[in-house]
Amino acid sequence: MKPNDILLAAVTKVAVLIILTFSIDLFFSGHHNPGGGFIGGLAIASALVLMYLTLGTEIVNKLVPVDFKTVAAIGVLIAVLTGAGSFLFDVPFLSQTYGYFELPILGKTELATALIFDTGVALAVIGSAVTIILSISEDR
Amino acid sequence: MINLMILLPFFFAVLIPFLHRFFNNKLHIGWLVLFLPAMIFTFLLQYIPITQAGDTWTSEMKWLPSFGLNFTAYVDGLSLLFSLLITGVGALVILYSVFYMSRQREALHNFYVYLMLFMGAMLGVVFSDNVIVLYVFWELTSISSFLLIAYWYHRRKSRDGAQKSMLITIFGGLSMLAGLLLLSIITDTYSIREMISQADSLQEHILFLPAMILILLGAFTKSAQFPFSLWLPDAMEAPTPISAYLHSATMVKAGIYLVARLTPVFGGDAVWFWTVSLVGITTLLYGSWNAVRQKDLKALLAYSTISQLGLIMSLLGLGSAAVYFGYGDESKVYAIAIMAAVFHLVNHSTFKGSLFMMVGIIDHETGTRNLQRLGGLMSLMPISFTITMIGSFSMAGLPPFNGFLSKEMFFTGVVNASAMDIFGMETLGMIFPVVAWAASVLTFVYCMILVFQTFTGAHKPDLLLKAAHEPPIGMLIPPALLAIFVVVIFFFPNVLAKYILDPAFIAILPDYAAQGGLGKEISAWHGFNTELLMTIGVVLFGLILYKLLPKWIKVFSWYPQSLTFNNLYNGALQLMESVSDTITKKYMTGYTRDYLIYIFVFFIFIVGGSLWLFNGFAFDMSNDSPVSIYEAVMVIGMVVAATIALCSQHRLTSIIAVGALGYLVSILFVIFQAPDLALTQLVVETVTVALFLLCFYHLPELRKEISKVRFKFTNMLISAGVGLTVTILALSANGTRLFETISGYFEDSYALAGAKNIVNATLVDFRGLDTMVEVTVLCIAGLAVFTLIKVNVAGRDKK
Repeated sequence: MKPNDILLAAVTKVAVLIILTFSIDLFFSGHHNPGGGFIGGLAIASALVLMYLTLGTEIVNKLVPVDFKTVAAIGVLIAVLTGAGSFLFDVPFLSQTYGYFELPILGKTELATALIFDTGVALAVIGSAVTIILSISEDR
Repeated sequence: MINLMILLPFFFAVLIPFLHRFFNNKLHIGWLVLFLPAMIFTFLLQYIPITQAGDTWTSEMKWLPSFGLNFTAYVDGLSLLFSLLITGVGALVILYSVFYMSRQREALHNFYVYLMLFMGAMLGVVFSDNVIVLYVFWELTSISSFLLIAYWYHRRKSRDGAQKSMLITIFGGLSMLAGLLLLSIITDTYSIREMISQADSLQEHILFLPAMILILLGAFTKSAQFPFSLWLPDAMEAPTPISAYLHSATMVKAGIYLVARLTPVFGGDAVWFWTVSLVGITTLLYGSWNAVRQKDLKALLAYSTISQLGLIMSLLGLGSAAVYFGYGDESKVYAIAIMAAVFHLVNHSTFKGSLFMMVGIIDHETGTRNLQRLGGLMSLMPISFTITMIGSFSMAGLPPFNGFLSKEMFFTGVVNASAMDIFGMETLGMIFPVVAWAASVLTFVYCMILVFQTFTGAHKPDLLLKAAHEPPIGMLIPPALLAIFVVVIFFFPNVLAKYILDPAFIAILPDYAAQGGLGKEISAWHGFNTELLMTIGVVLFGLILYKLLPKWIKVFSWYPQSLTFNNLYNGALQLMESVSDTITKKYMTGYTRDYLIYIFVFFIFIVGGSLWLFNGFAFDMSNDSPVSIYEAVMVIGMVVAATIALCSQHRLTSIIAVGALGYLVSILFVIFQAPDLALTQLVVETVTVALFLLCFYHLPELRKEISKVRFKFTNMLISAGVGLTVTILALSANGTRLFETISGYFEDSYALAGAKNIVNATLVDFRGLDTMVEVTVLCIAGLAVFTLIKVNVAGRDKK
């Protein structure tokens, strides 16, 4: 992809920032409000796709130097390992738990193991979606 | 703790590629891998006093408790015996492989990953109390065996051998799964121990016989019993350490383990008795008969393994009569067969393991395993000669080696069995001693071939690829250790019996638990009885046959090649391939629209058909809320968008119309107060449209379709059918309530999962497994797209 649309590029630079911020908010708020790993991951993926469309593969590869296949694999690995982690506490596979903790700055915060699992889901979604789109777009 | 020991090899397998990357330049990673089996072996030793005292040990790990599936490790004499063999022989094999596998030339990380997978799986098989868990590990052993046989995958023979073993053992594994499920239906439990406790009441059940036959199929295929034995000789394409480990000492004994483990359940039944002992004795004869004619040392050992496995199997079959009699003097006569089976199992692992390693050494140091090229190695490789001789003479059943003791016990077993007066043995019982004796003569013959054709006679250095010499000392240590065991066990059999064999014996025959074993000393000398006379006969006849071998070897060529099982297997494989190819070509046209037609027609028939069959039409509009103006506008917009997508002359317009349709649907979700759904739909639409636009680049211009009216008519019929079915389904779903609503459970998400968002709590907690599997599927799909596009491109470039 080698696009050359200045207007689109200018808008994208701002838009991507907003989308990414929003995605991260979506990801973290998922526990209590609409959002979660799947949506958050997809939103991040769409931001990345937008970047690829406007800036071109070469520039984005320089900006985000990660192999998205690995990202997907790491995501699945995290998801499976959180599930397997249950065994260490002698509870069934994929048991989740949560607790409230006093954290500096944030104050009383709920931390849930589900969030780790969700991270895995988000990474897998980002990795797979971007891999698919990139592969198809680069096919000549 | 013991569960962790089973899982440890799997975790270690993950580390091996990294270890290989860091250390391969400096040292052979076999040294690092060696540590693990040695550690597990040492760990397992602490259970010996427990099982020796007649106790057992269980430790449970929850897996899927809601389905009654728990990873229960059960340590008793039998599982301990096997696990010690697995880890003990495993450690020796790994030590051996350090010298056998070249660090520079071989993909060592693959080798040790597969090996660790196998070790973990095999430990899982012998320790699992839960039949489903046992099955999972059982199949894992088949898979790792497949990978190891195909280790040199660039050789066609390796791939064929791997495929053969896979097809046969997985076929058996699946039928075993069916059998185990039937058994669990009968007993209403997945636990083997609970099955055993209900053993008395099972035989009347109608499913008892099918369950038994199916399970035996699994055991026979795995343990290479006649006629499923044909995969084992081809499995010899694997590297020799693997043949020594999987295909003689451990994996092929899994079937024997299963038969032994389930003897308390099925033993005492006439069908079990006859099937197991007849199949066993047939395999014994078949294996030893075929071993004699082999020219390849490894093939000879493969057939000899088949024959020895048959020997153990037949002993287990004959001994199962002891279950029929319960505990008593009469039962003891037959129980000796079980003891002989357990004893011979250990002995076979020692002498066969060392023999395989020796053949590997001969192959490694001379470059050939062909008996016609070998000869006269005695003076060049004296240590190898000694170890091989010990192994072979033990296998032949000669004193002072452990094979003599178990062979004598085997003769005792068959002679006692021939005097049995149940199961119709009065008339047919004599076949067992006769066949056993004949097979033992043949065994003696091939043992002599193995030693003397390799090490004596004329040395033919010009036929060898390398100048024969002794291997490095490290390579000799493992087989030498096993050979020492062969001798030590002969002199102190009762020590082994007390600590290892008796507990295993009790596990097979629980009736003897109170007594702590068979209560019979194993001794080398018990006067001039039938067994000793049989052994003397074996030696005499064996020597005569060996001397006259060139005269009667032609017998083997009488049997037509076209009638062998191998030929049958190949024919069946080819037939299956061509038939499935024809069928597949009929419906795999390569057109997406054809595939869509299959899917939609199937959908209409299944969904519409079941609606019609179960009279599911129920339209109840009374509870519906009134349609608001927004909703009406949305729906009209959706109809318009859909129509545009269909009728547009340009692809781009169609794509945008489809996108608009999707966004409208997500707005509809917003109106119905499903923000999560709406958000997801929005983002998915965005990504899909982007994808569409990318694909659009590659697609040709949309052109006017010129197709037959009939084709168009069929398509219209199908699309109308799908639309109608979905509409009816949606409307009926509202009017029908088959079950109590389950949404109440999810409303408690804050109390249950600490999450106020029900959707997210469902995704990550309540239905976490679904999400995990979905994510995995997504990842695989992504990788598949990547592979299809990129790898193909790379291939094209090369051409």
